[in-house]
Amino acid sequence: MYIAANRTADGVRPRSRLSWTVPGNVLALGAVSLVTDVSSEMVTAVLPLYVTLSLGLSMLQFGALDGLSFGMTALVRLAGGQLADRWQRRKLVAGAGYGLSALCKLGLLAAGGSPAALGGVVAADRAGKGLRTAPRDALISLSTPPDRLGHAFGVHRAMDTCGALLGPLVAFAVLAGTGGAYDAVFVVSFCVALLGVLLLVMYVRDRRDPLPPGPPASVRAVSGLLRDAPFRRLCVAAAAFGLVTVSDAFVYLLLQKGGRIDPAYFPLLPLGTAAVYLLLAVPVGRLADRLGRIQVFLAGHLALVAAYLVLLGPGWLPVVLALHGAFYAAADGVLMAVAGPMLPEHLRTSGLALLQTGQATARMLSSILFGAVWTVWGGAQGLVVMAVGLTACVLAAWSAVRAGALRPGAAPGDLPAGPGAAPAGAPGPVSPGPGERSEP
Amino acid sequence: MTPARRLAVLILAVTVLGGTAAGYTAWAGMRAPARAGKDTPARAGKDAGAVRPGRLVFRTEAGRIAGVPLTDTSAEPTVSGLTCNRFSTAAGTSICLAARPGPVAMTDAVIYDRSMRETRRIDLAGIPNRARVSGSGRMASWTVFVTGDSYNAGGFSTWTGILDTRTGYLVTNMEDIPLTLGGRRHHAVDVNYWGVTFAPDDNRFYATVSTKGKTYLVEGDYGAWRARTIRENAECPSLSPDGTRLVFKKRVSGDADRPWRLHLLDLATMRETPLAETESVDDQAVWLDERTVAYAREGNVWSVPADGSGTPVLLVRGASSPVAVR
Repeated sequence: MYIAANRTADGVRPRSRLSWTVPGNVLALGAVSLVTDVSSEMVTAVLPLYVTLSLGLSMLQFGALDGLSFGMTALVRLAGGQLADRWQRRKLVAGAGYGLSALCKLGLLAAGGSPAALGGVVAADRAGKGLRTAPRDALISLSTPPDRLGHAFGVHRAMDTCGALLGPLVAFAVLAGTGGAYDAVFVVSFCVALLGVLLLVMYVRDRRDPLPPGPPASVRAVSGLLRDAPFRRLCVAAAAFGLVTVSDAFVYLLLQKGGRIDPAYFPLLPLGTAAVYLLLAVPVGRLADRLGRIQVFLAGHLALVAAYLVLLGPGWLPVVLALHGAFYAAADGVLMAVAGPMLPEHLRTSGLALLQTGQATARMLSSILFGAVWTVWGGAQGLVVMAVGLTACVLAAWSAVRAGALRPGAAPGDLPAGPGAAPAGAPGPVSPGPGERSEP
Repeated sequence: MTPARRLAVLILAVTVLGGTAAGYTAWAGMRAPARAGKDTPARAGKDAGAVRPGRLVFRTEAGRIAGVPLTDTSAEPTVSGLTCNRFSTAAGTSICLAARPGPVAMTDAVIYDRSMRETRRIDLAGIPNRARVSGSGRMASWTVFVTGDSYNAGGFSTWTGILDTRTGYLVTNMEDIPLTLGGRRHHAVDVNYWGVTFAPDDNRFYATVSTKGKTYLVEGDYGAWRARTIRENAECPSLSPDGTRLVFKKRVSGDADRPWRLHLLDLATMRETPLAETESVDDQAVWLDERTVAYAREGNVWSVPADGSGTPVLLVRGASSPVAVR
């Protein structure tokens, strides 16, 4: 049933630690994400320039929309997961999300100089992103043998991040080649986005198994997922980790305030994290399959604690960025790899949407919390608080896992293929990774 | 669909989409020089020619710095070879903020002397926003938007810098200035400053600070390096030449399309008066003399009396970033 590049007759691939093959569907989804990210990062990179230099508007007029668009994205994500499960049409819902974002590129042209219209287009673009993330991750998890999920998500996230790094370069090439024609950037971005939709339509296969007997996916069935103790604990743990993860913007700000970099290079910091993430996503994903996802996942958060400590101490820039990128590689796709097998197939999209929404909410609260701690005690003290919280969460999660609290009761095949068959199931927040901006 | 047919469709799609993208880009590229060419003047003077006393200097649509006589702003402008996004000048010191677009936006802040010779170039992250030179020509200040984390959608901050051209001392981001808000020392990570204006003593200055979703007018002391808020909801202050009044933009409407109105603040009485310009203005106004301010609105430069009387007058079409050279 797995749409694999080279599956064996019975659909179960021989377990080989040396195998680097990934199901064709995952590669196709990776290609869609790569192309889509080139398109969306082109716009993200030039939008501030366009808005302020070309239109002469104030960036402040945009900021106010953030809270609103966060709430809307969360609702859209949950509703999209619900519909994808109810109809068992993940590809259709993901396609709607990709299509909506593609149309938004033309919307930017149509919006002209009206801040309200531009804000609306940006919000719709984010809604499209919210809509497609959960069905896409559900498709990846449904297309891959459970023991290879870490690798599959690693490949997907690496391709995604690659697109995110290419986007700004393409945008710059277009701007340089046209003498600063922003409309050309939007048109090229639209064409690239359409190509992404087309790749999805032609090369990604949905899984249209007959629905299991019983009532179809409903709001009640989805909330019933939370009665399942391991998944509920995973969601709680993901939210708890999200609360003590310092958002990227603050990490970069602290690096910059440390005064160790020329302010002119401040905007390059996220690229450093993304580059490390790109390099490590696949090897770390494979490691997760072998050693157990939870171990790798918790190790990723220890890397983040280490990043905070280096930030507090010597502040070595390359070390902080490397640890930060390693954290994303060990946390972002791996969480989805942990969650996928815990969820029944017919509710998987809703379950992932729930998990992602919980995480995104915790992340937003974390930003508010960290901002408050910074205000009262200062940035370094805030970082100490978060590092202590993070360590406590890792220890708590570790002992919970040892006690089997996150171990799914009866779902077979959800154990990592590692020695000792470490329990699958790990808590963890993955703040939207540099390459995988699945959260607002 | 068979794999072969699928591949054929894909190749066709890549051709059509690639062709559309390339075609549009090529067309946009041919269009751009034409637009710039329209503006290239027959009478391009020397750089210093555009920027000299008695002139209203501004940025043309094509980004060139140009000047017209203050007494006859409809005259054919003298256009310099200087390309800036934001420009200011006073008493022989000029500052030009020029965006260096790239995968990551950068800005050059360039300081010029009286003969428009470059004396200092500062590498900045971000997008040009405001620039100002104090009346004596000593203090240069600017604001750039930094969207450092392109992955943090919607997030941005302003970085405001101050250069003392006499000592060469440079502050790239004034955010670390101790701030007193409503009488209490304020610590927050989200403080952003923009729109600095210096008093005639080159020490007292005014600026906007934003924190926790509100904006305030701050009065700063450059030598003592401290600032305190003196009023809420006042952005982009511009101090009159005698240092007694401020013109600023005040947020008067929640409508994102027309949020601001220019107001005058008398610093002695702290009384504010709305100016006669009723349209929304997003600019740091500039004083033409003790009674009149100029500003850019919707791509044109206007002036209006600074006391709330009169009506706006269109000075130059297709212009922004005005400054009067006295």
